[in-house]
Amino acid sequence: MRLALTVALAATLFSPPALADDWQAVLQAARGQTVYWNAWGGDDRTNAFIAWVGEQTERRYGVSVRQVKLTDTAEAVTRVLSEKAAGQDRDGSVDLVWINGPNFLSMKEQGLLEGPFVADLPNARYLDLAPGSPAAVDFTVPVDGMESPWRLARFVFAYDSARIDAPPATMADFVGWAAAYPGRITHPDPSNFMGATFLKQALVELAPDPAALQVPPTDDSFAIATAPLWDWYDALRPNLWRGGTAFPENQSVQQQLMNDGEIDMTLSFDPASTAAAIGQGLLPDSARVFVPEGGSIGNVSFVAIPYNAANRDGAKVVANFLIDPATQAHMQNIEVLGSFSVLDPARLDAGARAAFGALPTAPALPTLEDLGPTLPEPHAGWMTRLVEDWAKRYTR
Amino acid sequence: MRDGKALRAAVLAVLLLGLIGPIAAGLAQTGRAAFGTMPVLGLEQVGLGPWRDLAAIPGIRTSIGLTLFTGGTATLLSLLLATGVCAMVHDRLSRSAAARWLAPFLAAPHAAVAIGLAFVLAPSGWIARLVAPLLGLDRPPGLAIVNDPWGIGLILGLMIKEVPFLLLVMLAALTQVPVRRHMVAGRSLGYARGPVWIRIIAPQVWPLIRLPVMVVLAYALSTVDMALILGPSNPPVLAVLLTRQFTAADLAQILPASAGALVQVGLVGVAFAALWLCEALAGRAGLWWLRRGGRGSAAAPLMQAANATVLVLLVLGVLAMIALALWSVAWRWPWPAPLPESWSARAWTGSVRGWSAALLNTAMLAGVTTVLSLILAIAWLEGEDRAGLARARWAEMLIYLPLLVPQIAFLFGLNILFLRLGISGGFFAVAWAQSLFVFPYVMIALSDPWRALDPRLVRAAASLGAGPWRRLFAVKIPVLIVPVLTAAAIGVAVSVAQYLPTLFMGAGRVATLTTEAVTLSSGSDRRVTGVYAILQAGLPFAAYVAAFVIPALLFRNRAAMKGGGA
Repeated sequence: MRLALTVALAATLFSPPALADDWQAVLQAARGQTVYWNAWGGDDRTNAFIAWVGEQTERRYGVSVRQVKLTDTAEAVTRVLSEKAAGQDRDGSVDLVWINGPNFLSMKEQGLLEGPFVADLPNARYLDLAPGSPAAVDFTVPVDGMESPWRLARFVFAYDSARIDAPPATMADFVGWAAAYPGRITHPDPSNFMGATFLKQALVELAPDPAALQVPPTDDSFAIATAPLWDWYDALRPNLWRGGTAFPENQSVQQQLMNDGEIDMTLSFDPASTAAAIGQGLLPDSARVFVPEGGSIGNVSFVAIPYNAANRDGAKVVANFLIDPATQAHMQNIEVLGSFSVLDPARLDAGARAAFGALPTAPALPTLEDLGPTLPEPHAGWMTRLVEDWAKRYTR
Repeated sequence: MRDGKALRAAVLAVLLLGLIGPIAAGLAQTGRAAFGTMPVLGLEQVGLGPWRDLAAIPGIRTSIGLTLFTGGTATLLSLLLATGVCAMVHDRLSRSAAARWLAPFLAAPHAAVAIGLAFVLAPSGWIARLVAPLLGLDRPPGLAIVNDPWGIGLILGLMIKEVPFLLLVMLAALTQVPVRRHMVAGRSLGYARGPVWIRIIAPQVWPLIRLPVMVVLAYALSTVDMALILGPSNPPVLAVLLTRQFTAADLAQILPASAGALVQVGLVGVAFAALWLCEALAGRAGLWWLRRGGRGSAAAPLMQAANATVLVLLVLGVLAMIALALWSVAWRWPWPAPLPESWSARAWTGSVRGWSAALLNTAMLAGVTTVLSLILAIAWLEGEDRAGLARARWAEMLIYLPLLVPQIAFLFGLNILFLRLGISGGFFAVAWAQSLFVFPYVMIALSDPWRALDPRLVRAAASLGAGPWRRLFAVKIPVLIVPVLTAAAIGVAVSVAQYLPTLFMGAGRVATLTTEAVTLSSGSDRRVTGVYAILQAGLPFAAYVAAFVIPALLFRNRAAMKGGGA
């Protein structure tokens, strides 16, 4: 697979005219198609951005976009699976899906994805697709051209600076902090992606050998790596919100708890979400973002095309439009979405760089420097085991 | 005669093909997966593996216990409260007046009520905000009132929705019992109102409301949306746990989830058996109690307590809806402000494109499913009349099957069937799936008033030479216009509230107010959720209002037909 990708990349470099012809064919086939983009629908700003993308692709390429709003990405995975079960190998109902980590792994393993297609997108020239680079790896699983990046995700905490002077500096400090202010912090249920991420962030900081997390866990490696984590969590849990017996369903519900004053801290996978929420009146003006001293887990959000997509050419056009430098700069505007770009700055021309440089800022919007180093995600297998083990330990 | 039998056979055929068949096929798929067969995942090994995996899910026993406790308690309390209130008010409140009062509660979808109620009851909620200055609280109290480990919040939420439904069903049933005569006779023998009610009237009402009670019980045991918002979270009730399993990233989880779906069916079965046992025991105990012959009037304070409790429940329900309405026009509403700090119509204007499309879809689906269900129901009842057949219990059970079998047990399989037939993902697939649930409720609402119709009217029309079709359209339907329209309004409410069938059969492409509201409630913007919840409640409410206004307009010169009579 990786070889195929390298070959494809080489082809990009050495024979641009052929590629341009192929892309012309894609554009032609895509004209008039409606792309059903399955994406989590809980965030109004993201929904508005997706609607904007549709308007643009309609105007430029005659490709319209309909967002199918999901409560959970796995809904789309199950849908493609039911279609496969029913023998519907063409004209499927999902054209494009916003996907990450375990859901991607699941679809890839079950052969539910179209591709590799990323290297064929003209705008892929702005991406760093070298093996191991963030845009080429999803939870340590090589992307192999089966999904195309569109926005950057970084694990951050948000706290109310009017109530909290100094948030804990490391995950280890959370224990003492929670003991001083019992019931004022919590995390989403680990069966939810964000809850699992909270545990993973602690795991990455507390594990004796972080390198062991880059390969799938074995019984032994899991026991060794998680022992300090569970000690830490046992000390923390009694001082969580509601004594650690109840957890918010997801990070949005937790953000609401913070706005309601029930807790003082929330978490997010989008560094701009706090500034955005303040702008929308959903968090107090005093809310600020912080990351633990050593940095935090980060990854890239991708879009993928199911193997039976009815409008795959249209889907490719949309995926390509998403990594257009102008689109990425528009997306990074805090007044639009505020999500950081996935493009490699070194590959941008001066004009594009200036567009990024001219973006407005907001008090609660951290800069890339504020966010510190990006810690690599553990292999997807760790998340599954972590969630299972947590449920075994803490569910009555 | 033959005409009637043919009509009923035709309806039965439609039901078997369109209603029972799909459910059976869906259950069969679930059953196969529960025993290890799921070819698409490359799993063909038949065995008990999924059951072992299910048993190993942490907290599964607590989940099952919680399900039985919350569902059973909510149903039992709702039934007792509704009976108490009914005994107090039945002769002071006509059925149509009651319907007018209860309509908003029936119209409000479960999910909308749950979201509003969570805001009213939460430690940072409305009630706490009102008392915070009095108690000097600068932070919300650390109490577990919603999402509490016992499921009290969930039980309250279920009761707010189920008490009005049972009350309406009981008041309808009472029209078939000579209440006044029994009451006069009982009182003249020296019994107080309460005891007459419990000893003489309730036993006659029970067979008429048994099925609706079973529907309420099945719903309470398998609700997902209400339990998600109000119920305990670690572990949650079984239906929520299974929904999580069905949508887990690890696709192989579908197998234990399917086994769990069968357990869910089993739980409903167990609850029905318990209900039947209670009925038998109550019959024996009642007989013994009757023979003892006491005249006791100790029931009066109990009935008053029931009335007071129901009043509190209804007030909570009203507060929940008002809270949502306020949120929809709020901008910032921080703790501990009792009212929003700043106001804005942006939640309405900003999402206008989204909600107008969803509103249109929802209204069209409600129209199609309700008209279809009404036609089927009237054909069924008219077929009975013409053939001179009594109501068939077995046929009724078939009709109610979709309400008695938990949705989660057959929807996944049903979706695969629809996909094979090539009809998934469209408007009509959703309309079909919704009709599975709309039709039974329309039947519940329409069959009793239909059967209570004075046969002399029809006979008079026949003796004047009216044929069967003319009798139906010129006599029966106009006389029954109030119950027909009420049934239609209930049909609209049921259609609007459907979440899982719309999502599964529409492949997520048919966006309705309910699918959008539930998706948005996974986000953090209570204001937009408020917009959708209000529209979600508003559409059925408009249907109820129409059910009262249309007869009044149609028959403005005929006092006896303006309603109230049915």
